[in-house]
Amino acid sequence: MDQTGDTAPIIRIQGLHKWFGDFHVLQGIDLDVTKGERIVICGPSGSGKSTLIRCINRLEDHQKGSIVVDGIELTTDIKNIEAVRAEVGMVFQHFNLFPHLTILENLALGPIWVRKTPKKEAEEAAMYFLEKVHIAEQAYKYPGQLSGGQQQRVAIARSLCMKPKVMLFDEPTSALDPEMVKEVLEVMIQLAQEGITMLVVTHEMGFAKSVAHRVLFMDFGQVVEQNTPVDFFDHPRHERTKLFLSQILH
Amino acid sequence: MDAADLKNRFADMKPPRTRVGVLGWIRTNLFGGWLSSILTLLILFVLYKTAVPFLKWALIDGLWTATGAQCKESPGACWSIIVRNIRFIIFGFFPLDQHWRPLAAMLLLFGLLFVSQYRRFWNRRLAWAWGAGLVVMGVLLKGGILGLPAVETEKWSGLPLTLLLSVFGLTAAYPLGVLLALGRQSNMPFIRILSVLYIELIRGVPLISLLFMSSVMFPLFLPEGVVINKILRAQMAIILFTAAYIAEVVRGGLQAMPRGQYEAAEALGLNYYLTMRLVILPQALKIVIPPTVSILISAFKDTSLVVIIALYDVLKTTQARLADPEWMGFSSEAYIFLAVLYFLGCFSMSHFSRRLERDLTHEH
Repeated sequence: MDQTGDTAPIIRIQGLHKWFGDFHVLQGIDLDVTKGERIVICGPSGSGKSTLIRCINRLEDHQKGSIVVDGIELTTDIKNIEAVRAEVGMVFQHFNLFPHLTILENLALGPIWVRKTPKKEAEEAAMYFLEKVHIAEQAYKYPGQLSGGQQQRVAIARSLCMKPKVMLFDEPTSALDPEMVKEVLEVMIQLAQEGITMLVVTHEMGFAKSVAHRVLFMDFGQVVEQNTPVDFFDHPRHERTKLFLSQILH
Repeated sequence: MDAADLKNRFADMKPPRTRVGVLGWIRTNLFGGWLSSILTLLILFVLYKTAVPFLKWALIDGLWTATGAQCKESPGACWSIIVRNIRFIIFGFFPLDQHWRPLAAMLLLFGLLFVSQYRRFWNRRLAWAWGAGLVVMGVLLKGGILGLPAVETEKWSGLPLTLLLSVFGLTAAYPLGVLLALGRQSNMPFIRILSVLYIELIRGVPLISLLFMSSVMFPLFLPEGVVINKILRAQMAIILFTAAYIAEVVRGGLQAMPRGQYEAAEALGLNYYLTMRLVILPQALKIVIPPTVSILISAFKDTSLVVIIALYDVLKTTQARLADPEWMGFSSEAYIFLAVLYFLGCFSMSHFSRRLERDLTHEH
């Protein structure tokens, strides 16, 4: 798959433009993500940060530019879209667990049907990941019986079961009660320590500081500024960034 | 106060008692105030004036085995119109000495339906049992092999015909309706337009006209010598008609599905077919169980419209007895019998759907 060696970016986005009708939501995004890199994307609402990561597994299509994920070009290789999606895990703001399936079935669904893993093996792997997010005892319950924080941890485990090369997080803690944010962030930090490639849209600046290699600040569909967390928080260059940081860091 | 104290502070308190015994219930619910009391008495009076004479007519004075002539002398209900004609009403023109065959077929069908209502039996073996059961039923009705005399489909009538039309009509219409609903939401314009045209055209005409078309117009378009069985044509009309209604109900269910469910399935790499089969349809179809069952119930009753193309379903065989001079004038009894028969069918469906809904509910 990866013919160009380890140094080649696992995701390469070049000159990306996207419109919702007349609204120009992404305006010329360039972004390379190397294997194992952890990127936090922040910015005001409507800045296009969620749209950007949704383009990476083509939940949204784009009109100009190119996105290459693990050697597969999303602009032309639409037939391979399921192959890309299988390699890219996604965690949503509202969990989006399948309410008619048990937790274990939620986790085993992708491996069984997409990866063609035998059921028993898929369920064993599912239990392994459930233990990893500290929720194995809930395996036979249904999503409706779990708290928001537990559901989001299940959602993370569901993505991990596909053994993805990249994990995308779309505001994973913003729909949670304050008491449950911590348990989800702890799981995400644990993942980060294992070296998985992560793109995280979030306003949890503590998380950004402790795990990100790079922080991107977006506004008006553009990447306004990007830097290491230390420089980003301590020495923001752009006026817009300073204003944003002053509003979210009290 | 620590957390445990806080939690157990009111542990001994029970919800307040709202009713005390039967008398208390009657007092609060039937005689709660002067208006309520008057209404209660009024309803009791109306019941006394209607239910009591009816029960007297139907049960106390009712005749169960008398002849038509004896019935005409009596003030009570003449149930013997049903009892004495039961074989014709149930089996119609099926050869008299072969009645055991449709009877066996119906018992087999009821058995399969009964087992199928329990979700724990929904497995491959039940599917095979249905497959084998259908073959056996077909052989029983049609005959011509295994030493069973052949019976022309023109002679299929009565209750077996009603069950044939409704059970196959409904089981074929349901998947067709689901496909149409998916077609209506398709990204492919050709499929979408075809589905919309089908649904709107079929919903735009009464079932009666479809039945007429199937029996009168349709044969005109067939090449000479090709004859499609009349029952099959009526069956097709019922299937096509019911599917259009089911399609619209299912579309409602599909639209009620949150966008996030599609996205989560797609993000896992599931293709369209798997997304629909594993994630969307199981939820969408569950949401629309109540309206779907309404449609199925009304389709079950609508099978009786096949009388207009001269098929003798159980409604028609019963009516046919009313034309017999011996039994003329006992239409109340005949129609009450039919009403009970149809009610049993409809109520079973409704009961099954409630059980299914309960079994499929997982929240809390």
